[in-house]
Amino acid sequence: MEEGLRGGVCPQLLDLMPNKRDWIVKDDGRGGEMKASQVEVESLELRLGLPATEEEKDPSVLSLSLFYKSSKTTTTTTNNKNHHCAGSKRGFFGTFESRTEGPQQQKTSGANLKDELHQSQERKAAHEVPENASAANMNSQTRAASVPLVGWPPIRTFRKNLATGSSKLPPEPQSGDLQSKVKLENCKKGLFVKINMEGIPIGRKIDLSTYNSYEKLSLAVEEHFRDLLAAQKDPSTAETMKDEEKQVFTGLLDGTGEYSLIYEDNEGDRMLVGDVPWDMFVSTAKRLRVIRSTDLSVIRVQEQYPGKEQQQSVELY
Amino acid sequence: MREERSDMSEDDDGGGEEKDSWAPGLGVAGKSRGAPYPLPPPLCDQVLENVIENVLQFLTSRRDRNAVSLVCRSWYRAEAQTRRELFIGNCYAVSPRRAIDRFRCVRSLVLKGKPRFADFGLVPIGWGAHFSPWASAMATGYPWLEKICLKRMSVTDDDLSRLALSFPFFKGLTIICCDGFSTAGLAVFAEKCRHLRLLDLIEDYFEEEEYEVVDWISKFPQTTTSLETLGFDCLPSAVNFEALEALIARSPALRQLRVNHHVTVDQLRRLMVRAPQLTHLGTGSFRSPEEGEGMEHEAHLVSAFAASRSLVSLSGFREVESQFLPAIYPVCSNITFLNFSFAEITAEDLKPVIRHCHNLQNFWVLDTVGDEGLQAVAATCKDLRELRVFPLDATEDSEGFVSDVGLTAISEGCRKLRSILYFCQRMTNKAVLTMSKNCQELVVFRLCIMARHLPDHHTGEPMDEGFGAIVMNCKNLTRLAVSGLLTDKAFGYIGKYGKSIRTLSVAFAGNSDMGLRYVLEGCPKLQKLEIRDSPFGDPALLSGIHHYYNMRFLWMSSCKLSRRGCEDVAQRLPRLVVEVIRDRPEADDEAVEKLYMYRSLVGRRNDAPPFVKIL
Repeated sequence: MEEGLRGGVCPQLLDLMPNKRDWIVKDDGRGGEMKASQVEVESLELRLGLPATEEEKDPSVLSLSLFYKSSKTTTTTTNNKNHHCAGSKRGFFGTFESRTEGPQQQKTSGANLKDELHQSQERKAAHEVPENASAANMNSQTRAASVPLVGWPPIRTFRKNLATGSSKLPPEPQSGDLQSKVKLENCKKGLFVKINMEGIPIGRKIDLSTYNSYEKLSLAVEEHFRDLLAAQKDPSTAETMKDEEKQVFTGLLDGTGEYSLIYEDNEGDRMLVGDVPWDMFVSTAKRLRVIRSTDLSVIRVQEQYPGKEQQQSVELY
Repeated sequence: MREERSDMSEDDDGGGEEKDSWAPGLGVAGKSRGAPYPLPPPLCDQVLENVIENVLQFLTSRRDRNAVSLVCRSWYRAEAQTRRELFIGNCYAVSPRRAIDRFRCVRSLVLKGKPRFADFGLVPIGWGAHFSPWASAMATGYPWLEKICLKRMSVTDDDLSRLALSFPFFKGLTIICCDGFSTAGLAVFAEKCRHLRLLDLIEDYFEEEEYEVVDWISKFPQTTTSLETLGFDCLPSAVNFEALEALIARSPALRQLRVNHHVTVDQLRRLMVRAPQLTHLGTGSFRSPEEGEGMEHEAHLVSAFAASRSLVSLSGFREVESQFLPAIYPVCSNITFLNFSFAEITAEDLKPVIRHCHNLQNFWVLDTVGDEGLQAVAATCKDLRELRVFPLDATEDSEGFVSDVGLTAISEGCRKLRSILYFCQRMTNKAVLTMSKNCQELVVFRLCIMARHLPDHHTGEPMDEGFGAIVMNCKNLTRLAVSGLLTDKAFGYIGKYGKSIRTLSVAFAGNSDMGLRYVLEGCPKLQKLEIRDSPFGDPALLSGIHHYYNMRFLWMSSCKLSRRGCEDVAQRLPRLVVEVIRDRPEADDEAVEKLYMYRSLVGRRNDAPPFVKIL
């Protein structure tokens, strides 16, 4: 069925079977997020009946179109899966692939779909007087709104993530046009990588795209950790130890100093920073670490990611 | 402490926080503007001041203290010397330096940052409210600082580290709806803060990956601790349970414990056995950990609750299995606060529990209990002061379980109700009117009809009359949130009768500028006004010029404001910081998407991100 769609990339789809196949879900990780234009395209393409209006007499068509409506306007699912934000990994159709909930959820997730079908058919009947208003709402939402509704109803995101108990940042406001979204910290354009230093529990994030050479990066690393390192050693003399600390950080890149800078690339390998051309480094580095130079050879044989049970100490190593 | 949560949303500061009135020419306010600490008075005055200081020790309400500071310079100085708790409702209204210069002996700080609509995703990430400048200023300015409470601030792990290292007497940290920190910061904090009594994390946001999570519970001092309150129910990652149990065992002063959903009922029981003196308990998951062993767990749990004779507050109840609910029967008649707002239970589940809760004063619940569940509440909880009904499915077209029926029942059964937050899918004017007549002591009325512009579902009329009745009949009303189909008439009522209203939240309401004008011209006590998606434009904005200095903030998003109107306000009120926030960089410059303006003693902030334009 996908071949009938324009636009190539489609978020979650129910593969509606002209061939009477089972429901197939494509999850490309974009959740229920849909832009209005795409929704209209899809609602035309995937409708079994006439593409004219939403209020079809055919109940199966009705419920399907309401699926799209509800997933478009609300990007929510059934119990405990309200995700109202762009880039959420689970939208309505995530029910099929539910992974993380407890037994209660898994039991009911299948049933939820039926409930949703049932509810959506009932919904039309349930609203008598407000039908006009809510129908008008729905129409205005699907037709005119290029901006999905943010922050309504006013429930904290924390409260919406009931099932997993995960608490994510409140969703960034949607602008309907992802390319022109305001560039914020942690956005994709900046190349933020975590950097940890041995002996300091708190890591940092630095933006590689703001540097254009290894020297500048080395200076930045020094800047980030120098004060903290001093404070760790002796809080009361943190201010006066600057000169000494400066020396700690020389030779970061060539292995001559007390500390060395290494990075993990996209394949998980750890390498000394400075070997490859800067651009290549920036595009492959996923994480940085400042370690003692004496530990350099040890890195090679160490496991990449310690398992949970090994992770006892504060230091993230 | 959990009861204080209700208070945090209604900070009852009548006339402002550390500055009092913004009327021009007022000597004291003018005096505090940028001037260094005033010269010491002559000797005879000093004696008087010492006397006053000794008297003022007993004055704790900040409203009273603000009034005292206005009497004369001598009293101003005395008050400044003796204020122990500093409340700053908008971190950008004053600088850390100024606060420290005026109030020298602060032991406890309450600091609030982002506007409330940030909770719903309306404020872009990176907007501000950084705690760091405050942390570093106070490290030198208030070495005796003992308690900090932060709400909607950006707190980093460095900040937590700094707190722990800078304040040797630090006792209590409460962090509400904040972001930016992680378990790594908590670990340093727990380790370095040797005299900690309170650590309460309330609805904070964590962004850690699983492999980044740190075992912070193990970092608490290994000796007997002074911990009285430990709350981490919002933490998404599991904590080291053995370490937690050991911590509880060596914390004899512990009274409040709120764990997260990773803690099973079995583990909970073990903790309760260690701490039978608890007064406030937040459970983890409330279901059987493994299949087929439910009965055993239940029995043990009942005895654990039976042994906890001091419990007055219960919360948690994530992932509830209803057969475990009877375990709490032994404590039901004592509890005054019950938070079921994460428990998906039906009326049938609720009824046998609520029947025992005669002393309940604060009840938070999910709308899955339906009107029937609320009727059961109304039948038993005659002392109820606060009710919050949250929606399971917070969408506009979800099936609603509660309605005007439930609201009416509550109003008839719970006459002492002071605060209500009610999410529903349908409502009638009649029910709201009934509540306004039955519950005359209402202070907070927040009704959220989730479908926008929804009229009375019996009569098809706007909800004007209902809300009008509320403001007319509830003379103590200070906080109001409106919803449903509303015309300017509703705002006319609010302006005419809402003379005590301090906080007003408006969404998708009104017809014209008159709506906003009614409010701005009619409500003299208005301090916090947040509006979204309502057709109010520049003329309405300008009609409030006389009042904005008396307000903490005004938020207007997706209204009809233009750049010119906002600039007009900014020009005429130089002490007002007028922020225009843009989601889209290429958006039309003339139309204002989001306006956030607030009075400030220190002018425009210097940490505004690029999407914020300060006029």
